[in-house]
Amino acid sequence: MTTIDIPRLPAGRTLRLGVSRIGYEVKTYFRQGDSVFFTFLFPLVMLTIFSVAFSEQSFGPPGEEISAAAFYLPGMLAAGLLLSGLQNMAIDIANEKSDGTLKRFAGTPLPVVSYFIGKIGQVLVTGLMQAALLLLVAGLVFRVELPTEPEKWFTFAWVFVLGVSTSAVLGIALSGLPRSGKSATAVIIPIALVLQFISGVYLGFSQLPEWLQNIASVFPLKWMAQGMREVFLPASFEVLEQGESWNLPGVAIVCAIWLVVGLIVTRFTFRWIRKDS
Amino acid sequence: MTSVVSVRDLRKSYGNFTALDGVSFDIEAGETFALLGPNGAGKSTTIEILEGYRDRTSGEASVLGVDPGKGGLDWKAQLGIVLQSTGESGNITVREQLTHFAGFYPNARDVDEVIAAVGLEAKQKAMIRKLSGGQRRRVDVALGIIGRPELLFLDEPTTGFDPEARRQFWELIRSLKAEGTTILLTTHYLDEAAQLGDRAGIIAGGRLIDIGRIDEIGGADARVPLVRWLENGQLREERTTTPGALVARLGEPEGLEVIRPSLEDIYLTLVGGYEAGEVSTSSTGEGSTTVTTEGAAL
Repeated sequence: MTTIDIPRLPAGRTLRLGVSRIGYEVKTYFRQGDSVFFTFLFPLVMLTIFSVAFSEQSFGPPGEEISAAAFYLPGMLAAGLLLSGLQNMAIDIANEKSDGTLKRFAGTPLPVVSYFIGKIGQVLVTGLMQAALLLLVAGLVFRVELPTEPEKWFTFAWVFVLGVSTSAVLGIALSGLPRSGKSATAVIIPIALVLQFISGVYLGFSQLPEWLQNIASVFPLKWMAQGMREVFLPASFEVLEQGESWNLPGVAIVCAIWLVVGLIVTRFTFRWIRKDS
Repeated sequence: MTSVVSVRDLRKSYGNFTALDGVSFDIEAGETFALLGPNGAGKSTTIEILEGYRDRTSGEASVLGVDPGKGGLDWKAQLGIVLQSTGESGNITVREQLTHFAGFYPNARDVDEVIAAVGLEAKQKAMIRKLSGGQRRRVDVALGIIGRPELLFLDEPTTGFDPEARRQFWELIRSLKAEGTTILLTTHYLDEAAQLGDRAGIIAGGRLIDIGRIDEIGGADARVPLVRWLENGQLREERTTTPGALVARLGEPEGLEVIRPSLEDIYLTLVGGYEAGEVSTSSTGEGSTTVTTEGAAL
């Protein structure tokens, strides 16, 4: 048998295809009605509900009171990171596994890395738009006073990027958990919901019992929410935190550990298809 | 001649179940090879091993000179794959999807040309999820050929096509053949295999029970014409190599038919014979007079 000459693919296509995937992913994301509502608009809906429901109440120590919208804004931003990253990725990829999308890709010369650039890119783009929308509505509609100091926005930037990346990578790692695309929402949404309740998104974190705070501290969402509180709450709220400190280094360390864990799990478990399944 | 696909003693078992039990064949460059067989016979297992989707238990397989279990992206860029099941029902239009996939390949076909070739010009701006089953299948075929593959795998490609779409598909495959594309086709439509295939292999129970040119498969005996007529209201039939002489002798009986066994008749005889335990391996089906299917009457 004569050998067959297979031409080499040109170099640099992984990045080019990754960018092309981002465009494709963002486009299809916004065409999916349920993901737009449950992932993209959900934190905004919740912020609106809390702001309206608790409009008569104020939060915080006497003299430093803030509105319900201001109190819940950091939590909703953190919830956005979790929803746009973890929940969105885990359900999206579990669906793509079961509807044949990944099997189709497996038969094409699309690099796996390009696929992931597309996924992470989609999370970054939609997460950023979501945060911008939340801040816009909080500032313009609910009259929340947003910070003006550059260092606050710098903290916001790194907490956002680290948080959304960690969340996305964990979502990819979790996408192998549901047995089928149909069960994906049933498996993933409760995980995300429980995390949100124990991590200070819907319930004030300082009101939770200490043992629950300790459990929540194992997971990254509590730290993302804490980072966001540092940015958006007055300094007088710091005493309410665990250890009476915003503990930004803790935020960075715990998120980074989970990011690495997610990357390792993804590296060893992600396959286009399960052969012989 | 170069073998684009070469398979030797291919075996695949899942636990105690043997899906493939020693299959061997070659496909030469530019050839269209039809793999036929009943459901569960091992057609898709074979094709998915060659596409790199499944691992083989033992035996040798080479696709474009590469072990399909180890093919990289360069190798995949030379393949076109139309899977048996239709893929995702995406929120993406036909044109967007084809343009996106075209970007994966170094030497992709023109998107407009491919849309026209599969007859989806009118639907090119429609979301894929809103298309009918047959139209989605055409998108699958379009995605299979967009990369200008050297080797095209078609696993039951025309399922859900209306007759017109099938004819159009056949024209498309003929034009790909004319460009020198090598094609491995599985289908349940035996007329399709007869129209498109150069050679066919018939697989049953995980074994190749016959292989050969489309016009030779089953052996000469299986192709002996059948003369059928009514005599005193009774159905009579006789196999003969000289049907003209027989008809001349019969005169003008009622219900006279001269039937040349179609590929489908031969196939059914072979598979029926195999299932009845009459055919062990690569032998020809016995020309029995019990062929009862509707052959193409001459």
